[in-house]
Amino acid sequence: MAVKKFIVGSFDDEAVLFPAVKQVRKSGYKIHDVFTPFPIHGLDKVMGLRDTSIHTAGFIYGITGTATALGFITWVATKDWPLNIGGKPFFSLPAWIPIIFELTVLFSAVGMVLTFCYLCQMAPFVKKDHFNLRSTDDLFVMALECTEKTNEKEAVAFLQNVGATDVVVDYKETEWWLGRYDKEIKIFEKGKQ
Amino acid sequence: MSIREKFEITKKYSLLSYVLMTIGVLSVLLLYINYGSSEDEHDRSRFWASLLQNSVFFLLVVNAAMFFICTTILAWGGWATSFRRIPEAISSAVPVIGIICGAILLAIVFGGDHAIYHWTDTEHVKHDPILLHKSGFLNKTFFTVWTVLTIFLWWVLGKKIRSLSHSTDIGPMGVEVGKKFIWKNTIWAALFMIVFSLTVMSTIPWLWLMSIDAHWYSTMYSWYTFASTFVSGMALIALYVVYLKNKGYLEYTNQEHLHDLGKFMFGFSVFWTYLWFSQYMLIWYSNQPEETIYFQPRVNGVYKIVFFFSLIINFLGPLLLLMKRDAKRNYMTITLLAVLIIFGHWLDFFQMVHPGPSRDHVPMILYDLGIAAGFVGLIMFLTGRTLSKHALVPKYHPFFKESVIHHT
Repeated sequence: MAVKKFIVGSFDDEAVLFPAVKQVRKSGYKIHDVFTPFPIHGLDKVMGLRDTSIHTAGFIYGITGTATALGFITWVATKDWPLNIGGKPFFSLPAWIPIIFELTVLFSAVGMVLTFCYLCQMAPFVKKDHFNLRSTDDLFVMALECTEKTNEKEAVAFLQNVGATDVVVDYKETEWWLGRYDKEIKIFEKGKQ
Repeated sequence: MSIREKFEITKKYSLLSYVLMTIGVLSVLLLYINYGSSEDEHDRSRFWASLLQNSVFFLLVVNAAMFFICTTILAWGGWATSFRRIPEAISSAVPVIGIICGAILLAIVFGGDHAIYHWTDTEHVKHDPILLHKSGFLNKTFFTVWTVLTIFLWWVLGKKIRSLSHSTDIGPMGVEVGKKFIWKNTIWAALFMIVFSLTVMSTIPWLWLMSIDAHWYSTMYSWYTFASTFVSGMALIALYVVYLKNKGYLEYTNQEHLHDLGKFMFGFSVFWTYLWFSQYMLIWYSNQPEETIYFQPRVNGVYKIVFFFSLIINFLGPLLLLMKRDAKRNYMTITLLAVLIIFGHWLDFFQMVHPGPSRDHVPMILYDLGIAAGFVGLIMFLTGRTLSKHALVPKYHPFFKESVIHHT
């Protein structure tokens, strides 16, 4: 469990958020993340996030699917249970291509969905802290991570200065956990003392 | 941002196009002396098959550029507006190459030789139940009428759509005028699309190419031909975009547009492979002699190398090299793959045409490459001429802004 201290600023306008993100980065604060109700084009670039690697993962899953299908059918049709079907050779690649293709798609699709869920820490029964529940509705929420050197008051003032409508200092659990919100609420209550 | 209005043909560009055209003419002459003027019908067919392959391929490629324009018009897509003068200019080569291609086709049909188109031999058709059955479609009259009509309609409709586009250069238009303009474009593009679907996507490949193997048929064939030429057309457009960007034109076209062109090249390469495989697999599976006869010289015979080599460069090349996002946004890889794709599909046409008249040996490909160079030079010449006549950036087009702010 890693409970950390954050300064959470809420913005009600996308047009304010963009320059705010730029200024915050420029002045050296560490942005933990920005939560928005909908995907915003270009925000990742402004935040300086690197390109996702999920397509590389997808390629690897796809290749795995190809290899699995090809390997398995080859083993079944030539070693384990060879059948004479219409006089075709046991190793009849053209007939297998559709299956190989399907398994490639299946592996890469399912693999990428699971990888995406893992990276976003989403799964059944998994719980995550929200900095501000309205980030799922109408607010853009920016969370700054506090380090030992961060001057809390200065940072709060800075966020208000760049246009945040509401700034709070909060302790949040950054990892996910299994369980219920109401029972586990004390895990970050503790950090506040 | 200042816009360089018109493309100025550089000396190097026109010299290159003239050199290529000279190579083409020399190759045709050489091929004529060595084969075309021969006493032997088989030798003569080698000459005509090369002309057929090259003219049909390059005609369909330049016409695919107009198809691309019409699809974006019909889908009301604005992203291609900033560089749409390039496909337009490429499609302006349709009349000239169309006339060349039509002349070659009619010369083959009426020339008296039957080595390429067996169905033109009326005496033979009488005793051939399959060809007799097909003779309602495969006869000289229908072939002539439909070929002439097709080329004429591509020409006229393409010209109309180009002139509509050039009419925007006068000045900014109001909202109402703009709406009317888009609607007019939509109507003409729809007409072109109907003609296109009745020709390239169905009858034209049957008549011009599939009838070389007149006993054989495949329902995949037209789609296959379409995919082949469309992906080459997209590659050609991408090549011109890269060339003009390097020369400092097309100020509003950037990597985002190149990325989408790359997606087209990637996607339609895979689509082509899908059709290639569907055609092959069904015939391989059912194993009927009248169907497998097409693949006999290609898969087991002397064309084996050409056949599988074209599969590698048209499928594996684009699949593996264009898969990454960065590759589609990189001018170098796009150029390399565009050249590879055009060559690969040209080679594919080579193996579609030549096994018919020359089943037992692969003809010397250098002649064909020479003629292809001639057509490339001709396309360069005609495209460059049209590009230099009109504004390169249609800055008053109603969808222009959409193209400027486009990002993928």
